[in-house]
Amino acid sequence: MMLRLAPVLIVTLLVAPILAGLAMALLPAFGYLPALGGEAFSLAPWRTLAAQPGIGRSVAISLASGLVATAISLAVVLLYLAAATGSRLDRWIRRLVSPLLSIPHAAAAFGLAFLIAPSGLLARLASPALTGWERPPDLLIVQDPWGLSLIAGLVIKEVPFLLLMSLAALPQLDAERRVAMARSLGYRPAIAWLKVVAPALYPLIRLPVFAVIAYASSVVDVAMILGPTLPPTLAVSILTWFSDPDLDQRFLASAGAILQLGVTATALLTWWGLERLAARLMAGWIARGGRHRGETSLHLTGKLAILHATGVAFTGIGGLAIYSVAGFWRFPDALPKSVTLDHWAQALPSLGGPLASTALIALCSTLLAAVLVLAALENEQRTGRNASKALWLLYLPLIVPQIAFLFGLVVVMEQIGTRPTHGLIIFGHLLFVLPYVFLSLSEAYRRIDPRWTQLALTLGASRNAVFWRVRLPMLLAPLLTACAVGLAVSIGQYLPTQLLGAGRVTTVTTEAVSLAAGGNRRVIGVWALVQACLPLVGFVIAIGLPKLLWSNRRGMQGAP
Amino acid sequence: MRALSSRFAPRLTALLPALLLSTPGLSATTDPADWEAVLDEARGQTVYWYAWAGEQRTNDYLDWVAGRVDKRFGIELKHVKVGDTAEAVSRVLAEKQAGNDEAGNVDLIWINGENFAAMKENDLLFGPFAEALPNFALTRPAHNPEVVTDFTLPTEGYESPWGRAQITYYYDSEALDTPPQDIEALLAWARANPGRFTYPRIPDFTGSTFLKQALIELTDQDEALYAPVEESDFATVTAPLWEYLDALHPYLWRSGRQFPASGPEMRSLMGDGALTLAFTFTPSEPAAAVADYELPPSTRSYVPESGTLGNVHFVAIPYNSPHKAGAMVIANYLLSPEAQATKQDLDVWGDRTVLDVARLDDDTRALFDLDQQNPAMLPPGALQKTLPEPHPSWMTALQDAWQARYIGQ
Repeated sequence: MMLRLAPVLIVTLLVAPILAGLAMALLPAFGYLPALGGEAFSLAPWRTLAAQPGIGRSVAISLASGLVATAISLAVVLLYLAAATGSRLDRWIRRLVSPLLSIPHAAAAFGLAFLIAPSGLLARLASPALTGWERPPDLLIVQDPWGLSLIAGLVIKEVPFLLLMSLAALPQLDAERRVAMARSLGYRPAIAWLKVVAPALYPLIRLPVFAVIAYASSVVDVAMILGPTLPPTLAVSILTWFSDPDLDQRFLASAGAILQLGVTATALLTWWGLERLAARLMAGWIARGGRHRGETSLHLTGKLAILHATGVAFTGIGGLAIYSVAGFWRFPDALPKSVTLDHWAQALPSLGGPLASTALIALCSTLLAAVLVLAALENEQRTGRNASKALWLLYLPLIVPQIAFLFGLVVVMEQIGTRPTHGLIIFGHLLFVLPYVFLSLSEAYRRIDPRWTQLALTLGASRNAVFWRVRLPMLLAPLLTACAVGLAVSIGQYLPTQLLGAGRVTTVTTEAVSLAAGGNRRVIGVWALVQACLPLVGFVIAIGLPKLLWSNRRGMQGAP
Repeated sequence: MRALSSRFAPRLTALLPALLLSTPGLSATTDPADWEAVLDEARGQTVYWYAWAGEQRTNDYLDWVAGRVDKRFGIELKHVKVGDTAEAVSRVLAEKQAGNDEAGNVDLIWINGENFAAMKENDLLFGPFAEALPNFALTRPAHNPEVVTDFTLPTEGYESPWGRAQITYYYDSEALDTPPQDIEALLAWARANPGRFTYPRIPDFTGSTFLKQALIELTDQDEALYAPVEESDFATVTAPLWEYLDALHPYLWRSGRQFPASGPEMRSLMGDGALTLAFTFTPSEPAAAVADYELPPSTRSYVPESGTLGNVHFVAIPYNSPHKAGAMVIANYLLSPEAQATKQDLDVWGDRTVLDVARLDDDTRALFDLDQQNPAMLPPGALQKTLPEPHPSWMTALQDAWQARYIGQ
């Protein structure tokens, strides 16, 4: 009975808040907000929106960075998979990429900014010997008006996500046999993979790709750190309008939120069109039957691109670490003149509270999500029905831009009279944690060999006993990995924590982003590093625990 | 963008009385005149103070205050860290929208200028309370009108003074001998040293203050700035400012195509050596930054002879705070010589006191003796000439005009 309720509960939990929040953005967008004297519907907010300086450019940048970042990330992942041969380098890359998934976007963005800024690590390493620069060059690199650094920041975070999603989907395709078949027809390995595996893989990772587009076109924290400023992206503008002391700006902000929804929808539609185009081109390329041309360059690009993306991310994190212990560090010194633990010593007393909140919220929302997901999946197994039709609803929180519905949701919560508590934030995080946990766990759960269950049932075990004693232990490794993903998602949340908690509940992430306003790179280094390391703990446990528990059963230790 | 604001303004004012019927004014239990009763009521309360948290030193000072008021008055003070004071204003508004008139989340706000103007205009503040605080008399408002005036608006007891800010320039003395003494000299210097100066991106408050400073120096219609902007011809008054900025921007950092987000970010650029000259709103900030390894020891600060803009910052209590007594006790503690002297200490924060130090008794005055050892500190007497802030409507009008002119170019 409880089990049958699980899918309904999940869908209600995810969909109701989003619809309510969107409604509370839609009304003020058309001038209706009685508390501010907007009692009649009008198009005034839209006219004001259209008259905003640089609004066209904001929209264009949001749209372009969403599409370009997704296209590059997807290309990097597919090329790497095509070029991967299971060599030691490949396994090493895979192992490097997974921790990257856990690093919150903001920390990765800070790392990239510290790396590529005119006064950043790269310029310091090359100066003055190679460049002759005695002072940081006056170059517009970070926060460039074309959004290139924003796109780069998004790519280094989306590559690990798409890669892990692809790796989870690949076993369904029996890729080795497909490639072997193509190779027997004379195709070189990378070309074979692109021609026979990629077209089958894409439909399986299509939803994650859509989530990446939606995220990249509406992201707030990364765009604040790396995005253009005059004007900023649409999502960042909306945030400033919402927090403008002139309260009438709320109408404008709400119209902006609805526009953001439109921009993200346009990005998705454009992508859909590009998919059609790419399918045609691919079909032609496959039908032409070329077997060799481009193999070497494909192979090289595949490896280099992903190594590059991963390398940049890790060097950035290294830069954060150096800054967090830097004494005086003038350009062009490659390393600080002195090393000091002052910044850590200053931050330590104030770390405790945020760390505890972060851990509490992340653990609760992840546990809740895991229970709900397990219940839904178990229900699916027992009833034999596939819940794939409702799957797109699960993606709603990932596809509807946060900024479009969260402000409305705060008003709804106020009206219900909910006080900002940890509970409310946990609920808010659940919106985003649940889909990711479901995504990470569902494949493993559905793939489990049904014969194990049948065997246990014939031995007289009850359905519940089968779940507790057979399925759950066998799924320990993927379950822990899914939980680690959930923890990482929760730890990285900025807007939901800030808005639903009324700013009263501080987590490591809200602390890091609000300290960023101070621009002190050393303090940012400390907090971003803490923020980056926290989710790693989850992943270490997820990988280590099964190895420890099942040290005598290699098959149950999970993927390396 | 403020077209909307003027469109809604008449309706808003017409509607507000109806909205505010339920607004509690001074309830009997939180009457600041009966201070003993306030102290009693405050004991055991938890006060949520929404304060800008972009500076570690400020946050550390707030931590220190929290420890003191816990020990002294049994009040638990929680610093709610916000990136922009406007976030707190929006929250109080959202609560009012939802009819939450008694159990608001915000108990105390660090505020001044247009945020105060917006809250007061919309009746979002509790008061008057400030003048009834026992320590308020130490500011000697009769001699120091700035502690009861916020951007030309009388505070009328709806906010309590807390600290002082004044534009202070700082530079790297290894790269610059004689820094420019007025805004025209600044342009000449920037022409000769392109890319070495900038100002924070509007609407950041430090950047907006630079616009006002430049406007005061450039326009010959100073008196217009101290009345609401609607009463004068904005285009004529500000024409010299735009002409000046158009001339200055090509010689700024990144050729004026990009601006740092805030004063502290401008300070990091100084630390990198990307800039040679910068300014801050906290006179002791350069000295403090030298001590924190952020700026080189060759940093020096100065205030041009003709003076710079300065203002006082305050704390205010929202109308729907459930912990008004606790908030008032904290506002009063912030005005105590102990709290003010600690705040002014360069090792703590370095924010100047609002107390009338000259009129304190000798022992108390000794608490405020400034350490002049740090060469990055302003010379004594540098802050003698303070130009008053224009009417808050100028700030928003200038911000809008700047954005319309320079965004998306």
